[in-house]
Amino acid sequence: MATLEIRDLHVSVEADNATKEILKGVDLTVKQGETHAIMGPNGSGKSTLAYSLAGHPKYTITSGTVTLDGEDVLEMSVDERARAGVFLAMQYPVEIPGVSVSNFLRTSATAIRGEAPKLRTWVKEVKEAMERLNMDPAFAERNVNEGFSGGEKKRHEILQLELLKPKIAVLDETDSGLDVDALRIVSEGVNRVRESGEVGTLLITHYTRILRYIKPDHVHVFANGRIVESGGPELADKLENEGYEAYTTKGGVTA
Amino acid sequence: MAEAQNIPVGSTTAGSIAVAAESTVATRMSAPPSFDVADFPVPHGREEEWRFTPLERLGGLHDGTAVATGTGIKVDIDAPEGVTVETVGRDDARLGKAGTPVDRVAAQAYSSFEQATVVTVPKETQLAEPIRIAVHGEGGTAFGHQVVELGAFAEAVVVIDHTGDAVLAANVDYVLGDGAKLTVVLVQDWDDKAVHIAQHNALVGRDASFKSVVVTFGGDVVRLHPRVSYAGTGGEAELFGLYFTDKGQHQEHRLLVDHNKPHCKSNAVYKGALQGDDAHAVWIGDVLIRAVAEGTDTYEMNRNLVLTDGARVDSVPNLEIETGEIAGAGHASATGRFDDEQLFYLMARGIPEAEARRLVVRGFFAELVQQIGLPDVEERLLAKIDAELEASVLEASA
Repeated sequence: MATLEIRDLHVSVEADNATKEILKGVDLTVKQGETHAIMGPNGSGKSTLAYSLAGHPKYTITSGTVTLDGEDVLEMSVDERARAGVFLAMQYPVEIPGVSVSNFLRTSATAIRGEAPKLRTWVKEVKEAMERLNMDPAFAERNVNEGFSGGEKKRHEILQLELLKPKIAVLDETDSGLDVDALRIVSEGVNRVRESGEVGTLLITHYTRILRYIKPDHVHVFANGRIVESGGPELADKLENEGYEAYTTKGGVTA
Repeated sequence: MAEAQNIPVGSTTAGSIAVAAESTVATRMSAPPSFDVADFPVPHGREEEWRFTPLERLGGLHDGTAVATGTGIKVDIDAPEGVTVETVGRDDARLGKAGTPVDRVAAQAYSSFEQATVVTVPKETQLAEPIRIAVHGEGGTAFGHQVVELGAFAEAVVVIDHTGDAVLAANVDYVLGDGAKLTVVLVQDWDDKAVHIAQHNALVGRDASFKSVVVTFGGDVVRLHPRVSYAGTGGEAELFGLYFTDKGQHQEHRLLVDHNKPHCKSNAVYKGALQGDDAHAVWIGDVLIRAVAEGTDTYEMNRNLVLTDGARVDSVPNLEIETGEIAGAGHASATGRFDDEQLFYLMARGIPEAEARRLVVRGFFAELVQQIGLPDVEERLLAKIDAELEASVLEASA
């Protein structure tokens, strides 16, 4: 069973010629089949955690370890991490002018699966996955994320999640900027992948709203660069009622 | 466009919009246009029109030392039925109608060619197949002159391919009758040592449309002057270009659109990618809107993607407006490095770095190719870009 282990992770960024520590010792274990919600106020370092796991060059790991089934993730390049089974659904997916969605998806699936998917079954697979996410077939011919609405970008991220079948899925604020209908469609997509039991999900969010659709097994409160409280789904209810105030006053939020 | 971030060291992106009674596009040339090489002094390299060009690599085309060799170049023309192809002497009245040489090398070519090729598409003829002109360098030096003339309401596509190795100076005239539609695809797929300097003059008739697709991949030095002027009102010109400048190559495209008649349109989009030490791309985009040219609608854009250190881009759009009574006029130039966020996004989906870079560069060009509007030309270009990218390493990190 795939397990992602994060131990005492410290991460800093360079900003204005100064080094700033964002993550200050994160410990977390995510197993295949589990869903962990990471909740916290803006600026607490949630997205830094997501991008650090995926290997974004902007973030420097200063200490700590991340392993996937014992393999050192931090030693891997960005593409190696993805091929090892780590998937990041991004909060702000990037436009790639001139590269069509269909070309992108096939290139990506070929890289992840280690061989080009058979054309006939692939076309069907993509078509069905798009239908489940209420996506127009014409979408496949558009350029990646170019001119996409916020909802289209997020559905495109979840489409990739469904097609690439990672071991560990990190969903960075997938709910942000979505209306209720789009949130439901996107959440159903995430739930289909979770129901396979083969993915460990790290759901990073500011709001409790998405947790009505995606039920976490564990909820962690993130403040000032680390996990400050962990619990079951009931912790989300508490946050819904009380907000983050209790954590920010004692944690000292970085803006 | 606000994309001029990350401008690399060693590139210039300068632009100007001048509103003036007198054209500086014309006056900043060191000599007025002429068919006679003797009217141009030998350039020394500091002239405005020569300051980016490596004169020592021109095979003597600029100083009179280049001499035509018997087996300089081979030209094969494959024209569909209905098209007339003639080889004519220097005195043929149809030569030189679309424009006058603007620099010494173009004038040298005009003064030195012995025979010219005239391709004529009669009026109201619509060609189902393109006219193909294959220019193959056989290692020598040559001076050329070609004319493509379309009668009124004729429609044609001309594909001109340059391959092999040569030192070539040439003038090409495109004369479009009223309502004619001409698309020219001009491919520079030269071997590594070739030197190619040419002036291409399009004279666009009343309500005629001229579309040019310039593709420069090969050669040691390629310097092209695509120029457009109008013979009547209502003409349209679309100038697309793409270039891929590798290590040591010099590729220079100097456009001029002369809006000399009212109610004409022009749109120029050139995109280039550069990689390797001393790869040098130059793009000059001159647009002149004369006082008579009311109702002009023009836009020009140049974008460059610098893939490695050591490459240099000089991009200079100039727009001169002598009348305020126009529909629109604009220009944009942006030179940027590889976008690391695009790279990260693709790699985060498992795509290895080299392949991700190829995808982004292919996409950068595909965005332009998609605007051409001729499916078979688009397909052929994308295949060509793929082959070029396949041959390129693209490993070096920007």
